[in-house]
Amino acid sequence: MIDQAQTTMQMIINGNLRDFELTHMTIMELVNTLNLEGKRLAIEHNGEIVPRSEFGNVILLNGDQLEIVGAVGGG
Amino acid sequence: MDKLVIAGKEYHSRLLVGTGKYEDFVQTRAAIIASGAEIVTVAIRRTNIGQTAGEPSLLEYLPPEQFTYLPNTAGCYSAADAIRTLRLARELLDGHSLVKLEVLGDPKTLYPNVMETIAAAKVLVKEGFDVMVYTSDDPIIAKQLEDIGCCAVMPLASLIGSGMGILNPWNLQIIIENSKVPVLVDAGVGTASDAAIAMELGCQGILMNTAIAGANNPILMASAMRKAVEAGREAYLAGRMPKKLYSAAPSSPTAGMIG
Repeated sequence: MIDQAQTTMQMIINGNLRDFELTHMTIMELVNTLNLEGKRLAIEHNGEIVPRSEFGNVILLNGDQLEIVGAVGGG
Repeated sequence: MDKLVIAGKEYHSRLLVGTGKYEDFVQTRAAIIASGAEIVTVAIRRTNIGQTAGEPSLLEYLPPEQFTYLPNTAGCYSAADAIRTLRLARELLDGHSLVKLEVLGDPKTLYPNVMETIAAAKVLVKEGFDVMVYTSDDPIIAKQLEDIGCCAVMPLASLIGSGMGILNPWNLQIIIENSKVPVLVDAGVGTASDAAIAMELGCQGILMNTAIAGANNPILMASAMRKAVEAGREAYLAGRMPKKLYSAAPSSPTAGMIG
């Protein structure tokens, strides 16, 4: 995607490309945008695990990749 | 008291259960309570995004304060994927170090890939994880996993989800005899007698999922498994009578017969 003055961003979240009407945001803001606040999650940002205490400090940019995981039933 | 000790922590129950394949979380919880299990396995998966907020989660039905979570690497086919999964699990569960490592080799049979398992175990032990490791019933591999520093070795009784029971009690016996860490049978148990047999062999515990979740009445089967594991353990501790083809020593006195 060719952007003039960039006003949007795209990120790959859990394998899916998603568009946002922003140029950057924190992980905390993303969690809220996705209605995941309060859920027990672990997040990998561009291959690095981000401690929950850092969610408010890490800035997400166009092209970033995220894995957002939780615990589910399994044997 | 006869307790199971894993990575320095004591447990009353020797039955560990999975939380997959149940109808819903209500049934999951009821079955796990009926099983008496204190350690429950969970899988780590991508969170559903864009689903309804307030969707119930497993953790609400099985509070981590009441159960010891054992995050697994089910579905991983390489050491790298397994390590990545468990690092995320540790973050997810606030630094929790007890994990179940399993690296599969084949999607058809779910047979473990022991080479990848060994590679992953080395890294995870070094990173401070307490690794309960799923493996084949090869005694040499089991010993190597123990030597790497795994806190429990968990050979299969038969293949995952097969319900075929204890197919090679002789290998399990060799593994148990050679091991200084707890040996738990993981996978293959189909019904209560299988669990009892595994415990009579001297296993320290059993991990199962499908045998309970796949029963017609999972809650009743969970209760049966609890009793079978306890019965098998007591029988093992009691020491069974020797097997003889026949005995000339009946249980009732031979003297004092009438007539």
